[in-house]
Amino acid sequence: MLNALLIVVAITIVAWLGAAVGLGALFGVVLPYVAVLIFLGGIVWRMVYWAKSPVPFAIPTTGGQEKSLDFIKQAKLDCPDTKFGVIKRMFLEVFLFRSLFRNVNAEIKTDDPINGGPRLIYYSSKWLWLFALVFHYCFFIVFFRHFRFFMDPVPGCIAFVEMIDGILQIGAPRMYLTGLFLLFAVVFLLGRRLVNPRVRYISLMQDYVPLFLIMGIAISGLLMRYCFKTDITQVKAYIMGMVHFSPISADGIDPIFFVHVCLVCSLLIYFPFSKLTHMVGVFFSPTRNLPCNTRRVRHENPWNPPKDFLTYPEYEDLYREAMAGANLPLDKPLDAAKKSESGK
Amino acid sequence: MAKLPTPQELVASRPEFPSEAWLETKPVFAPGSYCYPAKVETMQALHMPNPHEWDPAAEDWNLPENWEKILCDAFEERLKKHRSLKLFMDICVRCGACADKCQFFLGTNDPKNMPVLRAELLRSLYRRDYTMLGKILGKKVGARSWDKDVVKELFYYAYQCTECRRCSLFCPYGIDTAEITAIVREMLHEVGLGLHWIMDPAKNCSYTGNHLGIKPHSYVEIVEMLADDCEDIVGVRPKTPFNEKGHEILFICPSGDVFADPGIYTFMGYLILFNELGLDYTLSTYASEGGNFGSFVSFNMAKKLNAKMYEEAERLGVKWILGGECGHMWRVINQYMDTYNGPTPKNMSVPVSPITGTVFENAASTKMVHISEFTADLIRHNKLNLDPSRNDDLICTWHDSCNPARGMGLLDEPRYVLKHVVNHFYEMPENTIREQTFCCGAGSGLNTEEIMELRMRSGMPRGNALRYVQQKYGVNRMCCVCAIDRATLPPLANYWAPGVTISGLTELVANALICKGEHKRTVNLRQEDLPHLDEEDEGE
Repeated sequence: MLNALLIVVAITIVAWLGAAVGLGALFGVVLPYVAVLIFLGGIVWRMVYWAKSPVPFAIPTTGGQEKSLDFIKQAKLDCPDTKFGVIKRMFLEVFLFRSLFRNVNAEIKTDDPINGGPRLIYYSSKWLWLFALVFHYCFFIVFFRHFRFFMDPVPGCIAFVEMIDGILQIGAPRMYLTGLFLLFAVVFLLGRRLVNPRVRYISLMQDYVPLFLIMGIAISGLLMRYCFKTDITQVKAYIMGMVHFSPISADGIDPIFFVHVCLVCSLLIYFPFSKLTHMVGVFFSPTRNLPCNTRRVRHENPWNPPKDFLTYPEYEDLYREAMAGANLPLDKPLDAAKKSESGK
Repeated sequence: MAKLPTPQELVASRPEFPSEAWLETKPVFAPGSYCYPAKVETMQALHMPNPHEWDPAAEDWNLPENWEKILCDAFEERLKKHRSLKLFMDICVRCGACADKCQFFLGTNDPKNMPVLRAELLRSLYRRDYTMLGKILGKKVGARSWDKDVVKELFYYAYQCTECRRCSLFCPYGIDTAEITAIVREMLHEVGLGLHWIMDPAKNCSYTGNHLGIKPHSYVEIVEMLADDCEDIVGVRPKTPFNEKGHEILFICPSGDVFADPGIYTFMGYLILFNELGLDYTLSTYASEGGNFGSFVSFNMAKKLNAKMYEEAERLGVKWILGGECGHMWRVINQYMDTYNGPTPKNMSVPVSPITGTVFENAASTKMVHISEFTADLIRHNKLNLDPSRNDDLICTWHDSCNPARGMGLLDEPRYVLKHVVNHFYEMPENTIREQTFCCGAGSGLNTEEIMELRMRSGMPRGNALRYVQQKYGVNRMCCVCAIDRATLPPLANYWAPGVTISGLTELVANALICKGEHKRTVNLRQEDLPHLDEEDEGE
């Protein structure tokens, strides 16, 4: 945990100092280009790596009633048997975190009055689901809003999202809800990792790094907007220069901007080499993305080995006499088998 | 077998998490925590690689000299063969949603029984060889190198997972520990590490046609004996066709149903039901095993043992296969069989119920129908004359076995049947049934005596839920469609909810089934007096 925090703090300090001593071009120009390239290339590389291995077996987790008899009601969302059904299942998984929504907490009561002894009790536990959802959606909206800096003129949809996001009309510049909620959700996810003994036990450095990075990104972004009140027109001109591959001078832009950019770039670079690939990986998951129709449609295994087993004739050779004794029908009657053996 | 602690003691004796990080702790191979190793001859008979003598409790497991290379190569090969493995190694975010979904974790409080850590055992090795960060930073990012203790640890925890897939239901990315456990077990078999309780049935199945090693003549003898019992109870002797060509249907069930109490009553149920229907079917001594212990060894072993089904269906010229009550059998049939050994032989066609004309479109390719689907359809079409009051001594609950639940989605068919053959039925609490069901705690080849305490621990969630309905509604019978359950649940019920007995579904169907030409039924299939007998006498 501490290591992860130190790494993120180090990145922040380096970016700050770098920008302060005039290395803005490095942090503001070279790094973003490199980061975007690594991010895009890395994601493709990871997907190709997964796709190179086949899916030998159709192993969807059947999360409900299968499609069988017409009077038995199929659980179409959790046990879909068609491609369209799978799309719906994946949609719920990706956009609403359906599996996480199922989460319950199991706690043991050592002396339950009904059981007259120990009893496991299951409590609905939706906090992880809720904060995960808030986190991901806020992150997405914040990301989406940032396209105002990358596009000229700013498309109407972005302005609309900004309007909704700032609907409370607090402060100037207007406070965006998503930015705050993002920070809030990250703090919850981090707190959960630290406080819940089980999750703490399983957590590795690479679980904390992205949390601290995103926290750093959110904090630097909020500071930039609400405290330092960075000159937005200048930043936009600067970014548009980048977008058109003709970077302009970064002189005069507050170092906090470069801290923000540098943290974002770190996240982009880190992304393809980490668990963050779950963003694309979830689409590859064979327990979710395959239809539960495995008896109706044959799934082929490209490396299916040749059959190797005790065939019936071999079996009959092993047990012919006993089988004859039990009056079992034989493919090769006892006499014929004896004859062919003696003929050898 | 060591004496079991009481349920209270068992719960209280779950230790706290260790203070060291998980990379620093090692499992202790105390008696009762591990299963006995497979015999060398068994491994040889199955042509398994590197068969050798070893003892899990010993310091040295006599691994082959180049064990590390074998395991690294095996890992590499499986990454190339299974996209699932690559993906599951990469995308876990360690959110912990799976942690308390695992019955082994709930029962042992061993952090490495949290599905996420069970996978991390392998993921830590993956990090070292396949990720840049792991290569550079090593232990700091949870990467580690292979050593003999790592092998032991993988073994220990790969056999404290029943591949029940409950975690995969709750995982936001569908990471399936069953897949990881299955692959770890495959890898361990490459260096000659296997379980006696799994390899012995696999060998038997490979050579005699069934796990229990029942030879053809004995199989016939046992079935005839069960048919005799049916005659005594019902007054009609059911037909027992074996290995006969030219029938419409081949019936395959787990061999446990032929052999062990209470499975035999389910088997008698099959015989009585089919006889009453006049079903044009045959049994086979060659394909006399529906279950597949090979699926607890490797994908190829599963394929090998499964191959007999279509081979026999082709030889006997049947149109389709009807399958009995078994859990992992149906995971294999539903999700693997067609891929392993299909397409089906030419003589087979889309299953059609000869009694109702229902076309089982959902089994159009695999051409194998589950007996619950078949029976539910019969009941729906009023083809069975049922008297559920014959089961009035039973207050039933339904145990969804893990494989039919999460590897097939067979949830309402058996319930439909059960509700028509018994009058008293209560569900266990909602987080313990249907797709969220807890397994018996001893599936995937762990149904062995030497780990009884562990089984009671992993069976705790199921046991607690059963105890709850026993205390609340007076439940005295838990029904299921799984032969492993029928073997593992009696001791579990005896421990967690004494007084509850276990049975298959078709046993209760046959109890309730009024057969043509039957004599006055006075006992059920277990030869226990039927309820209401006295009342009837008074009425006469």
